[in-house]
Amino acid sequence: MWKWLHPYAKPERSYQLAGKLLPWFVVATIITFVVGLGWGLLFAPADYQQGDSFRIIYIHVPAAMMAMAAYSTMAIAAFIALVWQIRLAEMNIAAIAPVGAVFTFIALVTGAAWGKPMWGAWWVWDARLTSELILLFVYLGIIALYNAFSDKVLAGRAASILTLVGVINLPIIHYSVVWWNTLHQGATIMKLDKPSMAPEMLWPLIIMIVGFAAFLGAVSLLRFRNEILARESHRPWVSALVTDKLGGEK
Amino acid sequence: MAFESIGDFIAMGGYGFYVWLSYGLTFLALIILVVNSVAKKNKILKNVAQRLSREQRIKKAQNMEGTL
Repeated sequence: MWKWLHPYAKPERSYQLAGKLLPWFVVATIITFVVGLGWGLLFAPADYQQGDSFRIIYIHVPAAMMAMAAYSTMAIAAFIALVWQIRLAEMNIAAIAPVGAVFTFIALVTGAAWGKPMWGAWWVWDARLTSELILLFVYLGIIALYNAFSDKVLAGRAASILTLVGVINLPIIHYSVVWWNTLHQGATIMKLDKPSMAPEMLWPLIIMIVGFAAFLGAVSLLRFRNEILARESHRPWVSALVTDKLGGEK
Repeated sequence: MAFESIGDFIAMGGYGFYVWLSYGLTFLALIILVVNSVAKKNKILKNVAQRLSREQRIKKAQNMEGTL
């Protein structure tokens, strides 16, 4: 039943599939960003307490959520890489990590710029902020570890192990606003109850979350293709690809 | 529309600096990431193309030696 999956363990097939999917993710990113940001910045009403500063939410929350989603995906890939020794899963980790790191950076920076007018401080050492900062360091650690080995088999294994170790941070980030006293507000959407947000504010947020997911997908696919090309650069199919490309340009 | 004029929109009810700082840094980070990813691909392809042309030159030189 699952046999159709097998050919995709071959790097060449995965490269082609990623190339076919990429444009769709790019289009989805552009559409959702234009609609979501237009709606969120121009049409959503100002918050009755926070005024217009709440509009930072349309990048802060999607970036933070997708930073964690990216990590979860990497963790699944790391498990697959370690258990079934699938090289493509390792390349997947290397492809996603920089996107996750950038999203975490965005969550931290926009959080600081939102914290200053609302809390009176750019930064406080509370549970949510500190655990998010640790996530950034874990991301940077995975990227650095993967690049530290010139032997990519070893690099992939080391990065996979570190990725699995770092999973412990995900529940800490999510529940940090529950377990500890914090300035950061609690969950607004990701809870069992109804979202505590007006629909005209919530809709652009949901669109932006989809937008960041699409961006994550697009750049991950792009970098995944890079990883495959780099590691397969001596294979005939890559040579054929480059020769074809050069021929087309002449 | 939540704003009366473009000036109002830029002012963001007095929070303009914080809002535009957030959006500015976000887009800067996203653009750098995309540019880096595309540049990486071009670099890999260029390296492979260089290797292929080098291999071709070596082959050619070896064939020439044979004819001399």
